[in-house]
Amino acid sequence: MTKNLRVKSSEYIDETNRISFKFNGKTYHGFKGDTLASALLANNVHLVGRSFKYHRPRGIMTSGSEEPNAIVQINPGTNITEPNVRATEVEIYEGLEASSQNCWPSVQFDIGGINNFLSPFFPAGFYYKTFMWPASFWEKYEFFIRHSAGLGKSPTTSDPDIYDHRNVHCDVLVIGAGIAGILAAKNAAKNNFKTLLVDEKNELGGSTIFENNEFNKIDNKNTSEWLKKEIEKLKDIRNLEIKTRTSVAAYHQYNYLLARENLTDHLEIKDKTNKIRQRLLKIRAKKVILATGALERPMVFNNNDRPGIMLSSAIKKYNEFYGVACGSKNIFFTNNDSAYESALSLYNKGINVEAIIDIREQSESKIVKKVKETGIKIYWSHSIVDTAGYKRLNSVSIMKLSNDGTSVTGRKISITCDCLGVAGGWTPAVHLYTQSGSKLKFDEEKKVFLPNQNTSNQITVGSCCGDFKIDEIINNLNQKLKDTFNINETDLDNIKVEIDQENSKRNIWLLPSDKPLGKTKPFVDYQNDATAKDIKLALKEGFRSIEHVKRYTTTGMGTDQGKLGNMHALGIIADTAGVKMGELGTTTFRPPYTPLTFGTIVGRNVGKYFDIFRRTPMNDWHIENKAEFENVGQWKRAWYYPINEETMHQAVQRESKAARESAGILDASTLGKIDIQGSDASEFLNRVYTNAWSKLAIGKCRYGLMLNEDGMVYDDGVTTRLGENHYIMTTTTGGAANVLGKLEDYLQTEWPELDVYLTSVTDHYATASLCGPNSKKILKKIIPDLDLSDENFPHMSFKEANIGNIQCRIMRISFTGEHSYEINVQASYGKDLWEQCMVAGKEFNITPYGTETMHLLRAEKGFIIVGQDTDGTMTPIDLQMDWIVSKKKYDFIGKRSLYRSDTMREDRKQLVGLLTDDPNIVLEEGAQIVSELNQSPIEMLGHVTSSYFSPNLNKSIALAIVRGGKEMMGKKLFVPMENNNINVTVANPVFYDEKNERLNA
Amino acid sequence: MFLINCPYCGERDQQEFKAGGEAHIERPKQPTELSDDEWAEYLFMRKNIKGIQFERWNHAHGCRKWFNMVRDTSNDEIKAIYKMGEKPPSQ
Ligand SMILES: [Zn+2]
Repeated sequence: MTKNLRVKSSEYIDETNRISFKFNGKTYHGFKGDTLASALLANNVHLVGRSFKYHRPRGIMTSGSEEPNAIVQINPGTNITEPNVRATEVEIYEGLEASSQNCWPSVQFDIGGINNFLSPFFPAGFYYKTFMWPASFWEKYEFFIRHSAGLGKSPTTSDPDIYDHRNVHCDVLVIGAGIAGILAAKNAAKNNFKTLLVDEKNELGGSTIFENNEFNKIDNKNTSEWLKKEIEKLKDIRNLEIKTRTSVAAYHQYNYLLARENLTDHLEIKDKTNKIRQRLLKIRAKKVILATGALERPMVFNNNDRPGIMLSSAIKKYNEFYGVACGSKNIFFTNNDSAYESALSLYNKGINVEAIIDIREQSESKIVKKVKETGIKIYWSHSIVDTAGYKRLNSVSIMKLSNDGTSVTGRKISITCDCLGVAGGWTPAVHLYTQSGSKLKFDEEKKVFLPNQNTSNQITVGSCCGDFKIDEIINNLNQKLKDTFNINETDLDNIKVEIDQENSKRNIWLLPSDKPLGKTKPFVDYQNDATAKDIKLALKEGFRSIEHVKRYTTTGMGTDQGKLGNMHALGIIADTAGVKMGELGTTTFRPPYTPLTFGTIVGRNVGKYFDIFRRTPMNDWHIENKAEFENVGQWKRAWYYPINEETMHQAVQRESKAARESAGILDASTLGKIDIQGSDASEFLNRVYTNAWSKLAIGKCRYGLMLNEDGMVYDDGVTTRLGENHYIMTTTTGGAANVLGKLEDYLQTEWPELDVYLTSVTDHYATASLCGPNSKKILKKIIPDLDLSDENFPHMSFKEANIGNIQCRIMRISFTGEHSYEINVQASYGKDLWEQCMVAGKEFNITPYGTETMHLLRAEKGFIIVGQDTDGTMTPIDLQMDWIVSKKKYDFIGKRSLYRSDTMREDRKQLVGLLTDDPNIVLEEGAQIVSELNQSPIEMLGHVTSSYFSPNLNKSIALAIVRGGKEMMGKKLFVPMENNNINVTVANPVFYDEKNERLNA
Repeated sequence: MFLINCPYCGERDQQEFKAGGEAHIERPKQPTELSDDEWAEYLFMRKNIKGIQFERWNHAHGCRKWFNMVRDTSNDEIKAIYKMGEKPPSQ
């Protein structure tokens, strides 16, 4: 049975634009301007979901982003599906589909509902208590919990939508476009401040825009009417930008805020395509004006969660703004005057209000008198002790409240109803304020936390700072604007405000029932099903810190962060523990204020834009020649070049053999290159490398090892002296940026007296490394007039030459142990250089090889790779590289640490070679090494750092770090694997050409 | 997200900067003269104060200059910024 509960025309609802949408598979109709919640309510649908733990039926409770219950899955089963969306925030469009979450098989019949009857077995901390033991069962528990819990379903295909990021700078950011925000923004902009006004809703005006309290007037007009005129005027103000559907998610220090601007969520699917869906605004504001308003509180009483129980203010908004009656027999339950406004709003539209139950003893305000005149029955000093109706509220039971508010007495009265509006007072929305680091103070009289200590350049205005009455709002706003902007007058000076509002309120955090607490269900956190009993249990079990109680009971831990219930939780804790609320502190509100999509967070940084990558000038050649690539830092490096279906192993074996037997060529462009100049350049190198540099002749190259101050190896590379005061340093591919940073650090902070200038030139040069016994012949073909004799161009020396018109720097250095040249040209000539080498080398079967072969060749020679054979705990001594550590130099970075007692221990882990007894077995890199198999626990001596099958030696080789390894030459050790133990022998890490004869071959 | 006033470039977003630990720890001029304990004091010991901390920062994605910052770690308020080699402001 579908009822239309549309009661009046509203200017915010376009009744000429009828929209059909589906909820849980059934088609409904609403109008343009409706939210999913208002459209469902117009169709008399209250039941929209099940609660998290007990699977109790739940209905729409609010009209905004604080909604705890009406959490739906949008467009389920499609690639644009989105879980955990608040129905109160979804604007409906033709074709929208939505479904309930957390219920199976359907919201009407839910198997998990049995938990409700088992609820005595689900006390606070249930999961902690139950699933702690035995620990090995955790995987099974987790499976169970995941399947029975889970809110929405995440999409299973990639997100087709476009998201965007934008940096925004403004003088004044105003958050919240209620009456205070609008007036603040208007005056800021008028005073020549570049102003941005944002609001999460699609319409400006906040709650004032549908306020029709006849006793509150501004300039003799209804407040809503007056505000509409003000909004009209905003259009003509320069300097003012307004963004609706924009919700501030995070407020960080220094007025840095993140806001999500919703651009297409309200559009029909066909209109969404190829448009930016959501945009993350990264706002840096000179001043922030928080006008975030206040949230109405529910009240905590027995069975306060049934579908049909709503916030009183939400009922008013659905009535006034959306033209929807939430029920046909309405009751209000209140502790202040707000409910009377809602009741009058319904009464004036001809909607039946059965009664108002007020826990106060009396109120004499004009609005209460007015309600009395209408004949609506008011029960003073009464409280609701129970409610009935499983899928929809059908009655409430009330009893007289004792004077002290802790018990109920007298006859129980039952009142039939289908909708209950609860008005528990107002909580300032200070979430963003506290996110900024600013501090709150508890106001004992108003029973609210108020902004107290600003830490950023910010002010709070309107009800978020505790000004609930319209005259307070405008007067305090006016004064704050004058103070903040240093102005003498505003257009608020001459506003005439009439008001009759009383703030009389009787606050009882937990309302009593005729049944004891153990037999009732007074919910505090609706989304996470935390009741007052759970909170009391936590206290009884010894929890004191509010943060601990929160986690133990899961109060405030849902997607709504407990926007409705946190105050009650605090209040109940304070009352139970007998302390003042202000002393308890409050839990931390963390970003995001409302959930953000992953798409918004990553913006455009998806797919190939996820991370920056760098390619060498020879890259196209590698691609044309079918190279496989590997990531080294940000670089895409050629890994190996398979020919005809070769596996990686086959390709690497072929490449490695070719490089030693004839000629190989490697793209070494990625090596870091730092140009070092200045009259103190030699001294500088002396201080940063372990070996001596002063005597290096111009035109010569030298290998250097760089340590951290703690003595551990940091980076290595060859540096060449180009001139008296000019060097070029190479670094590892991955370490280039860090090395430059470290050198800059020392130059700027420790040795500012040194005349040295560093320039990163990594990208300026392309480097081809030509290696193998025929490399000399190939180079001769390319540069016929360069004397390549060992006398003129020996190993570890440098020449400048020309290849045709291309200037190049050639270093005769070797990372493979073969006769090699590194040819550097201006980057733009890189591919040309490479191709010339390939042509010249053709007759020698020149073979391009990638990083894998490079690693294999250097391992045959026992050359380390920093970061693979070292891990930040290896000294040069540990690496058996004592030869490179100068004993004569007074100081260099890390020198003193090499003489610390710990770094001089004999039993440190040291680099050794490992040979498997069976030469065909290749060890796994990372495998552990032990000397005893029959120990328990087995003592780990170290691990394998590099391991290959060497085609040139026709056996497997490995480098490893082993505790005390230096003294273990020839010792038998074991590498235990899952299914077998591999016998290995400690060996010299230089496996190939120990005498370096091939360098000059 | 801090807004940091680089003494060479002006106010820039924190993401352009790199923090470099405690400031005013001078590298000993004669490390070999130091005992293990003295060297360890320089090498490892750093303050982690709740309150006023003197720190090194580097405008890594900008002018690449190092400078010093005085920051209240309890609320992240930047109290002062000054160049390397300059005296720290008196408290
Ligand atoms: Zn800078």
